[in-house]
Amino acid sequence: MIEVLFVLFAVVALGGAFGVVISKSPVASLLFMVATLASVAGIYVLFEAHFLAAIQVLVYAGAIMVLFLFVIMLLNLGHDYRADLRFGLWSLLAFVVAGLTAGVLAQGFMDVGDTGFREDGAAIAAALDEAAREEGVAGVIAEPLFTDYVVAFELMGLLLLVAIVAAVVLAKPRN
Amino acid sequence: MLTHALILSAALFVIGTLGVIVRRNAIVIFLCIELQLNAVNLAFVALSRYTGIEGQLYVFFVMTVAAAEAAVGLAIIISIFRHYETVNVDKFNLLKW
Repeated sequence: MIEVLFVLFAVVALGGAFGVVISKSPVASLLFMVATLASVAGIYVLFEAHFLAAIQVLVYAGAIMVLFLFVIMLLNLGHDYRADLRFGLWSLLAFVVAGLTAGVLAQGFMDVGDTGFREDGAAIAAALDEAAREEGVAGVIAEPLFTDYVVAFELMGLLLLVAIVAAVVLAKPRN
Repeated sequence: MLTHALILSAALFVIGTLGVIVRRNAIVIFLCIELQLNAVNLAFVALSRYTGIEGQLYVFFVMTVAAAEAAVGLAIIISIFRHYETVNVDKFNLLKW
C-alpha cells in the first residue's frame, strides 16, 4: 500500500517537475509546481513527517506559490506564451551539468541501504514513532526546536523580519 | 523505500538544475530554484527517518529561508521589471561583456 502511494506521489512529483521546466505559460509552470509540492508533502507523510507535510502544504504550496502567482499577475506575465527555452549550446551545457549532478548524487546515494548509512537506523525509527505517540507529531519537532536549536529559531525570526523590510523597500516605486 | 526517495530527490534536483539553465523567464528560474530546495528537503526528510529528528528541523529552517528568499527575490524581480519592462534574463545585460 505504502509502496503504491509512493510510486503515485513520485510519478506526480516528477511529472510536475517536468511541467515546470517545459510549459510555456508561467502560470502553468506554477500550477505544475503546486502539484509537485503537494505530492512531495504526501511523501513526507509516508516518512512519518506529518508536521512538515502540513507546513509544506500551508507555507510552500499555499503562501509562497500564491506570492509567485501574485507577482505574475502584478507584472501581467500570464499571457506570455512565447517559448523561452534555450537551445543549442545552452541545452548541451544543461545536459552536461544535469548528468554530472546526477552522477555525483547517484554515487553518494549508492550505498545508503535501507536504514540511511547506519546500523541502528531501524531502532531510531522505532524511537521516533514512540516519541510521536507520546508528544504528538508537532511536539517531536518542537522539543529540540525550543531547546537545542532555540538560537537558530530566533535568528529565523530575525531573518524573516529583515526579508519583509527588504521586500517592501525593494518593491516600493522610486520617486 | 529510502533509496527510492533519495533517487526521486536526486531526479527532482537535476530537473530543477536543468530548468535554471534552460529557461529565460526569471520567475520560472526562481520556481526551479524552489524545486531544488524542495528536492533537498525530501532527502533530508527521508534520511531523518533513520538518523534522528534533526533532519526535519533542518527542513523547517530551509523552508523559512526559502520563504524569505522568495519574498526578497520576487521584490527584486518587480524592481527589475520596472526598469526593463521584461523578466527575460537575457535582457538584464548590464554586467555582461
